[in-house]
Amino acid sequence: MALLEVENLVKHFVAERSLLGRSKAVVKAVDGVSFTLEAGKTLALVGESGCGKSTVSRLVLRLIEPDAGSVRFEGRDLLALDANALRAFRRRAQIIFQDPYASLNPRMTVGQILTEPLALHDLVPSPRRHERVAELLRLVGLEPRLARRYPHEFSGGQRQRIAIARALAVEPRLIICDEPVSALDVSIRSQILNLLRELQDRLDLAYIFVSHDLAVVKHIADRVAVMNLGRIVETAEADALFAAPRHPYSRALLSAIPLPQPHAKRSTILLKGEMPSALNPPAGCRFHTRCPFVIDRCRSEVPQLLADRSGHATACHRVAELPPADAILPAPHALSPALAKLVAAFSRKAEGAGHAGVGMQDAPATPK
Amino acid sequence: MSAAPLIKIEGLRVRFHGDDGRITHAVDSVDLSVANGATLGLVGESGCGKSVTSLAIMGLLPKQTSEVTGNIRFDGIDLLQTSDQTLRDLRGNRLAMIFQEPMTSLNPSFTIGDQIIETVLRHRGGSRKSARERAIELLRRVHIPSPERRIDEYPHKLSGGMRQRVMIAMALACDPRLLIADEPTTALDVTLQAQILELMRELKAASGAAIILITHDLGVVAEVCDEVAVMYAGEIVERAPVDELFASPQHPYTVGLLGSIPRLDHRTEQLATIEGMVPNMAQPPAGCRFAARCPFVLEACTKAPPPLAEVSTSHLSRCIRAPLEQLVS
Repeated sequence: MALLEVENLVKHFVAERSLLGRSKAVVKAVDGVSFTLEAGKTLALVGESGCGKSTVSRLVLRLIEPDAGSVRFEGRDLLALDANALRAFRRRAQIIFQDPYASLNPRMTVGQILTEPLALHDLVPSPRRHERVAELLRLVGLEPRLARRYPHEFSGGQRQRIAIARALAVEPRLIICDEPVSALDVSIRSQILNLLRELQDRLDLAYIFVSHDLAVVKHIADRVAVMNLGRIVETAEADALFAAPRHPYSRALLSAIPLPQPHAKRSTILLKGEMPSALNPPAGCRFHTRCPFVIDRCRSEVPQLLADRSGHATACHRVAELPPADAILPAPHALSPALAKLVAAFSRKAEGAGHAGVGMQDAPATPK
Repeated sequence: MSAAPLIKIEGLRVRFHGDDGRITHAVDSVDLSVANGATLGLVGESGCGKSVTSLAIMGLLPKQTSEVTGNIRFDGIDLLQTSDQTLRDLRGNRLAMIFQEPMTSLNPSFTIGDQIIETVLRHRGGSRKSARERAIELLRRVHIPSPERRIDEYPHKLSGGMRQRVMIAMALACDPRLLIADEPTTALDVTLQAQILELMRELKAASGAAIILITHDLGVVAEVCDEVAVMYAGEIVERAPVDELFASPQHPYTVGLLGSIPRLDHRTEQLATIEGMVPNMAQPPAGCRFAARCPFVLEACTKAPPPLAEVSTSHLSRCIRAPLEQLVS
């Protein structure tokens, strides 16, 4: 049985009401989204601003109520849960957010922040909570003595570690990671990505990883769902999707990512026009206004998300006739031998030196 | 490169004086030059001084709290010595800048047309009518559909990508010789980023302007730059032609950066990490500023600041252990 089964999830937000309270304009943020997630695996939800990926992540936790559809977690229907059962569920599923500066209460010490979920769910008897906080901090690579400090004393990467520790406090099975590394510098980003993977292996966590960055997704995901304007347009095992993306939108996204490889030989698909608004999505296929392969049928008929035998599903009328995607894929690129050796030496030495990165400095590094 | 670079920066140093008397060393002894028609990438993480460098070039740092010394020669003029009047004549004219936030860098209470026309009139003079025609022409150049209609719209009516195009149109209003783009695509979605990068390439080819592109994204650098300068803690730690930097970096920080990015074209199980934190720039370390985080550190590294020295022609590194190949052979 899958850990999480989401079926036909729908959420429309009312953007404008008439005088009598009737809705005049509706944003179709999520419009029929289905997926499943196995225990211990990572599903990435990918797409651009406004595609509905963050709304899906909140619906799955019932932080907002869906208009239609079902969410089953460990076989139980989430939408049928009463307040007590919902609180019990929240022990099993947690979320970490993009902005590590806004998601920690500045008036609480790290110790208090981490104790709160333990007290709320009555997980650890109070004399032992101190010990558990220390254990959580060590788990995310921070020194236990830092429990007395306040969030402002930490860097962005360290704050994200604290947010992860808080999510782990209740021993969840599922963590929703909503753009967890987007606000971080590249060198810090890799620390958090490594940490998330390490924790997954150790604690058998499942992740829903919401991101706009396909390179990050490729690194961390087992399965990927690409979203456009409230719908999933393609979903597949990560390896399959990155080796042979099918939907024209997935291809455009993939080809648009700048590669850290000068003179990389591949073509970029430049989408024409603007992204349509979710307030007034185009009829038929919602990608048709920007699609280079559009035909008349796309303008009127909504394509269904159809899977082949391997579980690679695409919502495109023309999926069978599209040219191969080879030209837009980055050629597998080995680092130059010199660089590969250097990076290996860099990592090996850094490990040998121990986790110096978890120590604290007294002053914040540099003012912004 | 060529005999007379368009802009040549020597020994640029910026210090900020805080209210509490603390002095922050934001930029130290930065030497750079950009030739006509070339694109230089200025790369580094938050707080490394890359944006401060660009603001120093533009003369936009607050005089009361910042102390800027050194030499910036642009087209025969020393930008740090010249009068405010000359600077005002240069900015938006031969020297233009694009900022990261297209949402906040346009004035919400004027139409985009007004804002472009203002620039044209200030530097080019002429009638309002001809300036308006020029503005429409500029909007067309940056591929804004139906510019005749769009020119009378207010910024809030435009999407983020469109606003960034308007910013670029404004920067191009007087055919600048040097364009400084500070994270021009960071706030945009990837498909829009691809459009804007393509636009910048196109415009460079058409106008022959030089570009200084400030970014944290090594992918963007690889796609559009000819030469790269990597900054760390206020200093340039490495400078090289783009191919060389990506094939054989000569500063450990650059190695760490290249190893820490997840790549579409290369599979790694474990990403490299750079342990530790950026030094406190109110009290920069005596030796190499990267020493505390460097896996290849020697005792000598912490004693004296290393010079930015040639590893090979046109490839400079601020590391006494360069060439780094000798460390792994």
